[in-house]
Amino acid sequence: MKNSKPIFVAQQLSKIYRMGEVEVHALRGIDLELFSGELVVLLGPSGSGKSTLLNILGGLDVPSHGAVRYLDQKLTGATEAVLTRFRREYVGFVFQFYNLIPSLTARENVAAVTEISSAPMRPEEALKLVGLGQRLDHFPAQLSGGEQQRVAIARAVAKNPAVLLCDEPTGALDSTTGVVVLEVLEMINRELGTLTVLITHNAGIAAMADRVIRLSDGHIVEIQRNAVKKAARELSW
Amino acid sequence: MRALNLKLLRDLWHLRGQALAIAAVIMGGVATLVMSVSTYDSLVSTRDRFYREYRFGDVFASLKRAPESVAERLRAIPGVAHLETRVVAGVKLEVDGFTDPITGLLLSVPDSGEPQLNALFLRRGRWVQPFSTDEAVLSDTFADAHHLYPGDKFGAIINGKHKLLTIVGVAVSPEYVYQIAPGALFPDFKRYGVVWMGRHALAAAYDMAGAFNNVTLSLAPGVPPQAVIDRADIVLATYGGTGAYPRKDQFSNRFLTEELKQLQTTATIFPLIFLGVAAFLLNVVVSRLIALQRDQIATLKAFGYSYHAIAWHYVKLVMLLVVLGVAAGVALGAWFGQGLSNVYTETTFRFPYLDYQINARLVLISLAVALTAALSGTLFSVARAVRLPPAEGMRPETPVAYRTTLVERLGLQRWLTAPSRMIVRHIERRPIKSLLTILGISCACALMMVGNYQKGAIDYMVDVQFRQASREDLALAFIEQTSGRALHELAALPGVIHVEGYRDVQAILHFQHYRYRTVLYGIQPGGQLHRSLDRQLRPVNVPAGGVVLTEHLARNILHVQPGDILTVEIQEGSRPVLQVPVLGITQQYLGVSAYLQQDSLNALMREGPVISGAYLALTPGAEKSVYEKLHQRPRVLGQVANSASIKSFYATIGEFVLFYNGVASLLAASIGFGVVYNSARVALSERGRELASLRVLGFTQGEIAYILLGELALLALAAIPVGFLLGVGLVSVLVHALASDLYRLPLILNPSNYALGASVILLSGVLSGVLIWRQLGKLDLIAVLKTRE
Repeated sequence: MKNSKPIFVAQQLSKIYRMGEVEVHALRGIDLELFSGELVVLLGPSGSGKSTLLNILGGLDVPSHGAVRYLDQKLTGATEAVLTRFRREYVGFVFQFYNLIPSLTARENVAAVTEISSAPMRPEEALKLVGLGQRLDHFPAQLSGGEQQRVAIARAVAKNPAVLLCDEPTGALDSTTGVVVLEVLEMINRELGTLTVLITHNAGIAAMADRVIRLSDGHIVEIQRNAVKKAARELSW
Repeated sequence: MRALNLKLLRDLWHLRGQALAIAAVIMGGVATLVMSVSTYDSLVSTRDRFYREYRFGDVFASLKRAPESVAERLRAIPGVAHLETRVVAGVKLEVDGFTDPITGLLLSVPDSGEPQLNALFLRRGRWVQPFSTDEAVLSDTFADAHHLYPGDKFGAIINGKHKLLTIVGVAVSPEYVYQIAPGALFPDFKRYGVVWMGRHALAAAYDMAGAFNNVTLSLAPGVPPQAVIDRADIVLATYGGTGAYPRKDQFSNRFLTEELKQLQTTATIFPLIFLGVAAFLLNVVVSRLIALQRDQIATLKAFGYSYHAIAWHYVKLVMLLVVLGVAAGVALGAWFGQGLSNVYTETTFRFPYLDYQINARLVLISLAVALTAALSGTLFSVARAVRLPPAEGMRPETPVAYRTTLVERLGLQRWLTAPSRMIVRHIERRPIKSLLTILGISCACALMMVGNYQKGAIDYMVDVQFRQASREDLALAFIEQTSGRALHELAALPGVIHVEGYRDVQAILHFQHYRYRTVLYGIQPGGQLHRSLDRQLRPVNVPAGGVVLTEHLARNILHVQPGDILTVEIQEGSRPVLQVPVLGITQQYLGVSAYLQQDSLNALMREGPVISGAYLALTPGAEKSVYEKLHQRPRVLGQVANSASIKSFYATIGEFVLFYNGVASLLAASIGFGVVYNSARVALSERGRELASLRVLGFTQGEIAYILLGELALLALAAIPVGFLLGVGLVSVLVHALASDLYRLPLILNPSNYALGASVILLSGVLSGVLIWRQLGKLDLIAVLKTRE
């Protein structure tokens, strides 16, 4: 993996938020490369800058300084239209609170995304992948939290993204349900080979990663490579 | 509570767009109410004051000639307070540089000071000198229309003799507040004038020395006019009396009363519609606004605020909006009201002054209606939010349950993309809310149609009246009835193509206990110029031996049908009382009339084939020379040119209609925009998170705008036909309510009415769409990942 070409390259990334008269340094000079097929966990307490980093990688935010490249494309300085296209084609998002569209069924929530992407899998296929092949026509209100999050994952992977960005995907779930969700992510990463970046402040999850990047106060304080990955079902917290 | 008050102000600032839109809706409703009611109140109180201060008579009578001693016999009738005799005559007037025929009325004023009854308000100049023979006071409408001032001279044909009169004063009279030539359908200030001269001069000219031909009297308090009228008629019968009549039948007062009645109807119906719509919208909008504050209400409860404290907090928020809207509405309404009152007094009624007033009661009513509407919406939503335990209120709302829609169950889903399904399901999920939105938007469309309906109806009315029914170029009246041979003379005039004679007689029509004072017209069977029309606007041949009545007169005033027998009290000559069958009904939008064949009327009057006037068709371009020739003839009194009537009609009502339409359109548009924008804005608040999530997933701004604005567009489009239906309904209510003796508006809606109604929706939709589009561009994509709801 180390020898292959990185998917994302970030150089000297910083992000300064101006909140009234106070400047908040969310990121302070981050250098990072992310490779195809990796499962990376961004670990850190709240305020450490991990969400800001994820947002910049996903084209939702722009850095104050530094540069980000996705393959050969520069994301820094790109227009809103280019960033939208980038998200549409290459990025799958999984949110802490699922953000499903309540008026669409599981199948249609996935279809909403596949309808606008160029080479998607079929929504049914994606839902089968996350173990919801039997609940295609249920509306979000008829699904449990864990099931809703799995629909969200199916929605994210159905477009065959280059990268899957997950922001505290288990944050709103109990540990049993959370493990089921992590198993799905692990399986996606393994079977589809999708670069998966997972944000958490839960150190227990770090064990399933290829690499664990620890952030604190806007700096990367440690990058740790797990020699042996733990299976998701062995995790607990 | 200070922190909470701060929150209130900040919330208000945060919601400023919506707050302004809501205030605009309230303003629209209140402004219409204040404008209409204040105008009505002001005109009524001005009229009452003017009548009182200038001693408007209670009973009026015309006669041929009676010696002054008869006045004593009239004065002796019990119940008579004051009585004044006069000499009154029709007159032809001449103003330098104005070639159209002008008719007028000459009235005597006592040589011994001001009239006791029907006093004049002298706007400019002075009174006529006692016993002067060439001084005159002119009605201000006529003087203004011709820019005549004291010192100027004008010509008059007085009893066949040309005389040059000097204007010494310009005056307003309670008798001629609504100044309209007898037989005319609307005022024409340029072609009709009232002139007052000294009694001595007029008596000399008309051979009325020591005699009078007109009398007016006032009644002692509490005396019913009819008793005095009956006694007066007996006294005057031998002197050629044409029937005394009470103030309510006095020409100017009757028209004024009708106009005010119409204004009152307008002042009730329009604001009722506007304020009703505004109240409804307010309720809907406010309740949605509060529903969005669910989590904040829960948080406040968690802090220990009581239900009442929280309710009061939101009540204050809403009251601020209401007070803002009502204040703006009252200010705008007062401004419009003054404008409207001025339009009225410049174009229709002449008062010496205008007591413009806004009743405090009116402001309170507006405030009460707006507050009730807003607070019921507020309290309902607050109560619902407060009922939740705080913990639950602070948790994200559980995803609302959706289901597949009817459209999809019908098997149409494969035609719908996911965003389209979102639109359809969102609409079906909350059918009541969607219906209310449609209803609200369609109200704006309907209001626009109501506001602009009059112009088309008036055009239609004029077309029917002047191009299909009264097709003569010129109508003339003789000084008294004349042999039919006069028609040959008229026909021989160069430029005259065709002549038809007519006979008209003042009469009172009775059927059962219904009674109406009007004019019987004897016209020519198969006449080409002056015709009456049926409902399909085909000419009706008036049959011999009976009357044909205008529909309004038959149905709504006398309640007769063809075949019924009318009792007709002729007010001329020997004043016979006759039984005349009703033979038909005609359609007529302007005025009310009763038509007979001229021969039948002559037979009823037991007279030979005499006529009172003639209708003429002229070759184009010959008008001026014909006017001049007729002007020279002493027996020809009045001439009314049709084209001039139409022009003056439009000049009179044009300004009024323009003003009213302008205001109504403005208010309808403000209400329309208020509804559409608020619907869109609330939808954006409710669904911002969902839309931001889609943006994160790679949807473009255009694609999410489709979801939000597509729903709005669908509802707006659905609202257009509903609005059309509603508009037609409101217009027919209006048509029905506004029907009067003066005119009945036809229920005619042009394509342009519909187009205007639809365009107010479309424009509001486009404008709201643009504003929402800009807000969609500012959606916080990052916050949506972290926050729940």
